[in-house]
Amino acid sequence: MEQFLQGIKDGSPIGIGYFSVSFTFGLAAVSSGLNWWESLLVSMMNLTSAGQFAGITVMAAAGSYLELAVSQFVINLRYALMSISLSQKVDSQFGAGKKLFLGFANTDEIFAVAMSREGEVGSRYFGGLAVLPYLGWTLGTLAGAVCGNILPRQVSDALGLAIYGMFIAIIVPAMKKDSRILKMVLLAVALSCALYYIPVFQHISEGFAIIICAVAASAAGALLFPMEEGE
Amino acid sequence: MGTGNFWLYLLVMFGVTYLIRVLPFVAFHRKIENKYVRSFLAYIPYTVLGAMTFPAVLYATGSMVAAAAGVAAAFAAAYRGKGLFTVAVCASAVAFAAGLIL
Repeated sequence: MEQFLQGIKDGSPIGIGYFSVSFTFGLAAVSSGLNWWESLLVSMMNLTSAGQFAGITVMAAAGSYLELAVSQFVINLRYALMSISLSQKVDSQFGAGKKLFLGFANTDEIFAVAMSREGEVGSRYFGGLAVLPYLGWTLGTLAGAVCGNILPRQVSDALGLAIYGMFIAIIVPAMKKDSRILKMVLLAVALSCALYYIPVFQHISEGFAIIICAVAASAAGALLFPMEEGE
Repeated sequence: MGTGNFWLYLLVMFGVTYLIRVLPFVAFHRKIENKYVRSFLAYIPYTVLGAMTFPAVLYATGSMVAAAAGVAAAFAAAYRGKGLFTVAVCASAVAFAAGLIL
């Protein structure tokens, strides 16, 4: 119970952050033609920002199911890497049944907070960690879908930055603490900018670009600065 | 919304997203011993977030200058050890203020 409550506490900033990000998703989903309960269902069943934004774009364009599946696969493939990382962090009580249920909640931010915890991660803690982000994500979507259009444009624009603020809040302390992480993040950012700005690479989709950069930088980190057991 | 069936779209999205997260999580239940593989996985959270943030964040609001101001505020707040929510609010608030001034 104590673990669960600690998880809830650690998840609360993610939940509030998700509310503002999913608010913009609800807004975008409704303006792309979904109604409020369709937008809400998409958020309840996916719990992922980039994938959902891409998903409603395909839906709005009446794209094929294959196109939708491929876009989700590419954008969300990073979760496969994260889930392998997380599988190494959880304790032995975290069985397959719990993984089938709780693995769904392995988002960028929940993953990062779980990984930055000292020692192993139990299912109670991880479950607690997921509660408020899930609520924030679904309620934010609902709020954005129902009353998003009353917000001035400048406010919804500024809210678009909230998710990146959360990313920065996760990477900066790690970069400050460990110069190896600092170097590899800079490498990943440099690669990401190269793929974005160099014309030859511009046909690479955003999802693939993220995977290429993260895999290349992490592999460089593993070869140049391998971490010892217990770090 | 086009002519596609919403429920099928929803099912496809859910299926792909769920399986991609859960299958690797369930499949790996033993500790990986190899030092290089473990290091690779330890770098993943940060390199993923770094690549997702740049350069995309610069195009996340209507104006690149406002976005850059928001990013600078987020870095300053994060460097001082502020939490996720505070940093996210700083980023949005500063970008909003910069958007008003510009």
